[in-house]
Amino acid sequence: MAQTIHKYDAVVVGAGGAGMRCSLQLAKAGLRVAVLSKVFPTRSHTVAAQGGIGASLGNMDEDNWHYHFYDTVKGSDWLGDQDAIEFMCREAPKVVYELEHMGMPFDRNPDGTIYQRPFGGHSANYGEKPVPRACAAADRTGHAMLHTLYQNNVRNKTQFFVEWMALDLIRDSEGDCVGVTALEMETGEVAIFHAKCVLLATGGAGRIFAASTNAFINTGDGLGMAARAGIPLEDMEFWQFHPTGVHNAGVLLTEGCRGEGAILRNKNGERFMERYAPKLKDLAPRDFISRCMDQEIKEGRGCGPNGDYIQLDLTHLGGETIMKRLPSVHEIGKNFANVDVIKEPIPVVPTIHYQMGGIPTNIHGQVVVPKNGNPNTIVNGLYAIGEASCVSVHGANRLGTNSLLDLLVFGRAAGNHLVETALGSKAHKSLPADAADYSLSRVAVLDNSSGGEYPQDVANDLRKTMQLHAGVFRTQASMDEGVEKVIAIDERAKHLSLKDKSKVFNTARIEALEVANLMEAAKATMVSAAARKESRGAHTVDDYGDTPEHPLGRNDQEWMKHSLWYSEGNRLDYKPVNLKPLTVESIPPVKRTF
Amino acid sequence: MSDKRIFEIYRYDPDTDAKPRMESYEVELDGSERMLLDALMKLKKQDDSISFRRSCREGVCGSDAMNINGKNGLACLTNMRTLPQKVTLRPLPGLPVVRDLIVDMSQFFKQYHSIKPYIVNDTPPPEKERLQSQEDREELNGLYECILCACCSTSCPSFWWNPDKFVGPAGLLAAYRFIADSRDKVKEERLENLEDPYRLFRCHTIMNCVDVCPKGLNPTKAIGKIKEMLVKRA
Repeated sequence: MAQTIHKYDAVVVGAGGAGMRCSLQLAKAGLRVAVLSKVFPTRSHTVAAQGGIGASLGNMDEDNWHYHFYDTVKGSDWLGDQDAIEFMCREAPKVVYELEHMGMPFDRNPDGTIYQRPFGGHSANYGEKPVPRACAAADRTGHAMLHTLYQNNVRNKTQFFVEWMALDLIRDSEGDCVGVTALEMETGEVAIFHAKCVLLATGGAGRIFAASTNAFINTGDGLGMAARAGIPLEDMEFWQFHPTGVHNAGVLLTEGCRGEGAILRNKNGERFMERYAPKLKDLAPRDFISRCMDQEIKEGRGCGPNGDYIQLDLTHLGGETIMKRLPSVHEIGKNFANVDVIKEPIPVVPTIHYQMGGIPTNIHGQVVVPKNGNPNTIVNGLYAIGEASCVSVHGANRLGTNSLLDLLVFGRAAGNHLVETALGSKAHKSLPADAADYSLSRVAVLDNSSGGEYPQDVANDLRKTMQLHAGVFRTQASMDEGVEKVIAIDERAKHLSLKDKSKVFNTARIEALEVANLMEAAKATMVSAAARKESRGAHTVDDYGDTPEHPLGRNDQEWMKHSLWYSEGNRLDYKPVNLKPLTVESIPPVKRTF
Repeated sequence: MSDKRIFEIYRYDPDTDAKPRMESYEVELDGSERMLLDALMKLKKQDDSISFRRSCREGVCGSDAMNINGKNGLACLTNMRTLPQKVTLRPLPGLPVVRDLIVDMSQFFKQYHSIKPYIVNDTPPPEKERLQSQEDREELNGLYECILCACCSTSCPSFWWNPDKFVGPAGLLAAYRFIADSRDKVKEERLENLEDPYRLFRCHTIMNCVDVCPKGLNPTKAIGKIKEMLVKRA
């Protein structure tokens, strides 16, 4: 049967913050844009972001984008590209004001301006003291932002394809992207979306880990699609552990807790971060705090009967502040830890939260790959934005609030770039005759499957393996073992079997298709991690510790470079970090202390 | 500690079933399943054909709304300790069933869209943010937090009877969210849009919406405020 073909100027895959900020720009310019999403747009994982959007508005205290730029470069442990970081920090105030004009219900100061709170790693005067930079709507900033973006897309008549799962990119003989295949969940039919441009805004793959703050839908679908289409994944060894996931539940408690004054304590009640980070204390960056928490636990100062967690203490903030600024944290404590955070501290552990790596792009969101000696050759017709992409503004460690900012800045930039390069007046390239064949065969294998393993069993083994071998503290031997194990699981993932063979809303089939994407993200992570012989940002390896030659284990001479992992041949390549900002002086690498 | 539960689940697959049925399952819980969603995931491992929506598993995305022992709620926020040994799960009432616990929410979203759920303010924006007083911002509390899970609208008898004409509690809560926003400039039009025997006035303050809202919101109160404004306007 011939596939239905939908024809659009642009197809955005994913309706989170990045996808909808982009589609808004395209729809406003009058382009024909379709947005595909596995879930109704307001259910995308941006909805779960709590703390704020980073922008140097200076509403509470003196601030400017130069400070934000410095903090982000240092936060990235000098793996972030300084051109992209400058671009993001300079654009930040503008995209926040725009969001406010769209109706975002930000909290307010007495003078009517947007309320801002301090956040980890954000400082005034180049690391001198914390500065309130996180523009917040209570502790529901992501929810407020995602709903605002959806509402403005409704106003501008963006066309959504809700509960459609994108399967594969369609590239023509010249390697240009000319569309995407997608499965309509309600009918089980596969259709072709023929487009002049495809934008991947599919979020991260946090579900490759067992203990994760991420939603079930975060299976790295865009990464899988890119990897299968021969595009490398960049810096996938860098995964952020958020310091404060609820112990035994994985649910996130915003860094905004500490922004409002909450404190981490060990079993002696000691505010241990004062020892590790005398200046920023509990507001040091996430990789740093997570390691300190782990250190406390390892040295026997963890809390609880098993000494395996840390306490987050909000009790001194008072009920009024908590209910006004952190109402969801109060709700989460009650629901997921049986703790009233107004009255008692809440048990937390570092929990997988965010993928710093992704599909390599430039600052317009265009996907770039090494070709003929140029490490950044543009792939025509393909963009990636948000957590799915690696532009790279977060480098080896993202600062809190820079993720929502990333979605807004680069979602908007990609949209603008398409408008400015006159996408509307370009012609569609023709579709290859076999455009849907690959996707159809992948679905057919599942539909005809029998006797193989249940997808979730394989996925669960993968998650356990990743947790064990690519966790907060890594060793070379453990990572090497992890590579072997993940490759073995990859073999099993080729023989999945479904009992449910229905065409209608077959969630078992969706989960099996997601496993294929999880596998690509996990292989990229494990292989890139085992190959990187240094400690940098979130990639902390016991074998590469602090030496005079390599402060804190970071080896700039050999490893200040981006990893590029290719699915085909499971091989690695590297490209240089861009240390040259757009207009200002480069921030030279130094030992990272707070 | 072993904890054996019986699940009675509404099953219907239009691909294979002539009509819906209730099917019974036994699940052995080991204590790690805090919430109903955790138990459902475990059940799905026994029978992968049981279909339901889920995503964030922490009550902010609004995917896993269903009818739990006769009352609408989110599976991810329903603690297993609060449920009896036998748990009966049905799809949200009043909407067409796509399959099992998955309903077609088109009508629900159509009503949400009908209230123009976005700020309208066509005066040129300032270079920075539009200023809003803390008092004006506080008017939005209890309104903007809605997660569009549809627990409220699908527990409302007026919505069951007239899903095509009555906006329903979720849509009306959203309507008031924009009426109450000091930055919005089309309050009159918004009120006009609701001045109708069905769109607003089908609400008979039964308050099922308030009873089931997993976020603790109060649509009835918001509807009352709109009614008050309409009365004053008349």
